[in-house]
Amino acid sequence: MTIGLEHYLIVSAILFTIGVFGIFMNRRNIIIILMSIELILLAVNINFVAFSTHLHNVQGQIMAMFVLTVAAAEAAVGLAILVTFFRNRGDIEVDDASMMKG
Amino acid sequence: MLAIAFYILAAVTVVSGALVITARNPVHSVLFLILAFFSAAGLFVLMGAEFLAMLLVVVYVGAVAVLFLFVVMMLDVDFTKLRQGFANYLPIGMVVGILLLIELIMISSAVAQRGAAAGQSPQVYDAEMSNIEAIGRVLYTDYVYVFQAAGLVLLVAMIGAIVLTLQHRTYVKRQDIHTQVTRRRKDAVAIVKVKTGEGIKE
Repeated sequence: MTIGLEHYLIVSAILFTIGVFGIFMNRRNIIIILMSIELILLAVNINFVAFSTHLHNVQGQIMAMFVLTVAAAEAAVGLAILVTFFRNRGDIEVDDASMMKG
Repeated sequence: MLAIAFYILAAVTVVSGALVITARNPVHSVLFLILAFFSAAGLFVLMGAEFLAMLLVVVYVGAVAVLFLFVVMMLDVDFTKLRQGFANYLPIGMVVGILLLIELIMISSAVAQRGAAAGQSPQVYDAEMSNIEAIGRVLYTDYVYVFQAAGLVLLVAMIGAIVLTLQHRTYVKRQDIHTQVTRRRKDAVAIVKVKTGEGIKE
């Protein structure tokens, strides 16, 4: 049985769904939400690379690299905001994050 | 052989991804995230994208996951309290997740069977043109400005993270370079005539 494009796309779809599901389920725990976002971006990267190699076009891998860059930057800034929020509040419950408005 | 490797790596990726969001201890979540990234890198190797696989291991396992691990261990948070409400969101989360999964799989199979990539096998790189050479040829020519912009994004993220987390403690004595180098002799030293046996008054 040969492994084709479809198999990789289905793995990516399952991983994407797990990420979205994780955001739904862990509404209060912002660390898990950030990890779910990383899972979603990983699913996107698998999609990019699968199409890139099956279309014999390297541009998808370039795009996956930029997604990786933005994901790393997002994780760094997100965790920095989290640390600052924890320092101010002494807790990381997302429900209270509305105190930052206006 | 390839099929066995694919199924093992895919199963490990999906199972560890599921454990990331369900593990009770967030440290375990981070470790499962690392496992998911490792096996996804294995999938990339199977597809022939070796450079991106190595990049995934270096960037995610080496930097991002360790950053997560540091933050999780640094923050003194009661994580059991944060898990409350997990069951409240279960039904709606299930509905949305299953709908999303069905839609994605339908689109995936339609594209894979009738799209532009239908019936194609993965690109094979040989000694003449390796994967990293193919990427380099495109990245440093057509995408050079985007490449520089990606560097700028990382710079902004670095400065942003430093600015956000830098604390100014007032009780810590710091070196003030400006006052140090602009200090002159007359600011610090005074010549006083002292009479014998009387001492100095302020």
